[in-house]
Amino acid sequence: MEVVKTAIAGTLESSDVQITIEPNGNGTAVDISSIVLNQYGRQIKAIVLDTLNTLGVKSAKVTVVDKGALDCTIKARTECAVYRAAGFAESFPWGGEKQ
Amino acid sequence: MTEKRRLRRTMMFLNAQRPGLIKDAYIYRPDSVMFDLEDAVAENQKDAARFSLYHALLNVDYCGVERIVRINGLDTPYWKEDIRASVAGGADGIRIPKCEYAQDVKLVDAAIEAAENEFSRVKGSTLLMSAIESPRGVLNALSICEASERLFGVAISGADFRKCMQTAYTKSGVEMAAARGNILLAARSAGVQCFDTVFTNLDDMEGFTEEVVMNKQMGFDGKSVISPRQIKIVHDVFAPSEKEIREAEKIVRTVRENADKGVGVFTIDGKMLDIAFVPGAERTLALARASGLYEGEF
Repeated sequence: MEVVKTAIAGTLESSDVQITIEPNGNGTAVDISSIVLNQYGRQIKAIVLDTLNTLGVKSAKVTVVDKGALDCTIKARTECAVYRAAGFAESFPWGGEKQ
Repeated sequence: MTEKRRLRRTMMFLNAQRPGLIKDAYIYRPDSVMFDLEDAVAENQKDAARFSLYHALLNVDYCGVERIVRINGLDTPYWKEDIRASVAGGADGIRIPKCEYAQDVKLVDAAIEAAENEFSRVKGSTLLMSAIESPRGVLNALSICEASERLFGVAISGADFRKCMQTAYTKSGVEMAAARGNILLAARSAGVQCFDTVFTNLDDMEGFTEEVVMNKQMGFDGKSVISPRQIKIVHDVFAPSEKEIREAEKIVRTVRENADKGVGVFTIDGKMLDIAFVPGAERTLALARASGLYEGEF
């Protein structure tokens, strides 16, 4: 899936995470700020990268602002941001198949 | 008691778009949670709410609390995708808002079946309920209740109904009396459950309690709630008395003993009873068990 525009998903409420995805010329870069960065920073990054890989995203600039989200919330917000950034609006392949 | 007839004293509404609400709602022990994709979610966040819902359904253990999804109305472009996300995630049921005709139920039933096929869910495993919110829906309640094998119940939704009727909330409930009565009659005729509308004034717990007592007296199975604070009140009101529990236990025991002997009609404490009393007695015992008042064998 190709990131063709900047998209945001999620909020800055407690237990949520805000994911911003932008087109990136070369590869994928992930920047994370989190209230639990020291404990879970690596895990958050791994979830984001795994989700991007599952969706077949080859390059993107990803900004993560975490407010203590569960893993499933990080995945949900990342998927939503990717689909928005790819201009994909309906008939989602629930289950996360590669595009 | 099957899933279709399980206890549903409380259905707690949660905005599916807000992870802080949906991640641990089960700790308040409602009988069901109602993930809302409709009114609580802004138009430009419908997609985000579906992703949030889908992953919560797949990953959060709700510890036996039933998970129902209120989809968007059939007059919107959202409801079909809502159903696909809900069924893919394994929701226990779908709630149709603003249901007016049996055809609305059949339409959603067909979309659920298609989604069950698409996502390899067991056919018929996703249940259905309808929310009736207009005079037309109230008048068509019986055909709505009989429109699908998946349908476990109907709910009256007060806010839209009162608007349609050009009236407003009253403490006595007189403005809703005809609708509540008609929907209850339809639900009981069709053998499905019936749920009352939300009570939105969280500062009036006395008024809420009075309304729940009225709901129980009228014959409702439960009530939609919007706050954890309302759950215990509903469960306490719906809890059977010690006398009711003992009578129910006696009925179930006596029916089983007599069935072994081939006897269908018998007397308990001077009253003639038969097998028709068993479902009511079993429901009393289920309510008692859910309320922590009964740990017996039935």
